[in-house]
Amino acid sequence: MNYLHLVITGLTGMLLILGSLDMPDTGDPMSPAASHVSPRYIEQSLKETSVPNMVTAVLADYRGFDTLGEAAVIFTGALAVLLILRTGRKES
Amino acid sequence: MIVRTICRLVVPFVQIFGLYVIMHGHSSPGGGFQGGVILASSFMLLAVSEGIDELRRRFSINTITALTSTGVLLYAGVGVLCLVLGANYLDYGILPVANPRSVGALIIEIGVGITVTAAMVSIFHDLVTFE
Repeated sequence: MNYLHLVITGLTGMLLILGSLDMPDTGDPMSPAASHVSPRYIEQSLKETSVPNMVTAVLADYRGFDTLGEAAVIFTGALAVLLILRTGRKES
Repeated sequence: MIVRTICRLVVPFVQIFGLYVIMHGHSSPGGGFQGGVILASSFMLLAVSEGIDELRRRFSINTITALTSTGVLLYAGVGVLCLVLGANYLDYGILPVANPRSVGALIIEIGVGITVTAAMVSIFHDLVTFE
């Protein structure tokens, strides 16, 4: 039964690697992310958001919804550790 | 005794630096996540030098657990406030202050900082007091 798990995991990993071969190279200046989205962020972030730090402007303003998901994930992590490890026994 | 004295002197400065990194996320590297972890490390320094009971005596663990959800509530609350005022969710342009998008980003960074601080202290406390 363990060999079946290994085969399924290996097949899933190979499919993921095969899917990632079609992506553009790292640092390609002609990729869609570098030719549509990045010039807009670089040129207009100070004018539109009046936040000098470009990273904070993208993280908190343009992609604010993703940052809400990140904060919820950190909260869920603390909650999971609390549920497993906190027994409630009084120790004096 | 030397360790206790030095740590007692250093903890306030670490807290001030953590708050500085949170509030200056707009102009220098930093922001909510980084400053939150620095602020949490000041509480961990207190627990390491004085003992976990001293940390439990000063900050009740129920308050810290309640603070983990307060940060996320603040973040989502700003979004709902923008929804109530008439714009889309998390569309800061509608807030009635000067530079609304900058102020909105600052409030959500503070919310993220509160959540990260309380989550790190809560995880540290659970790992230490489990036997």
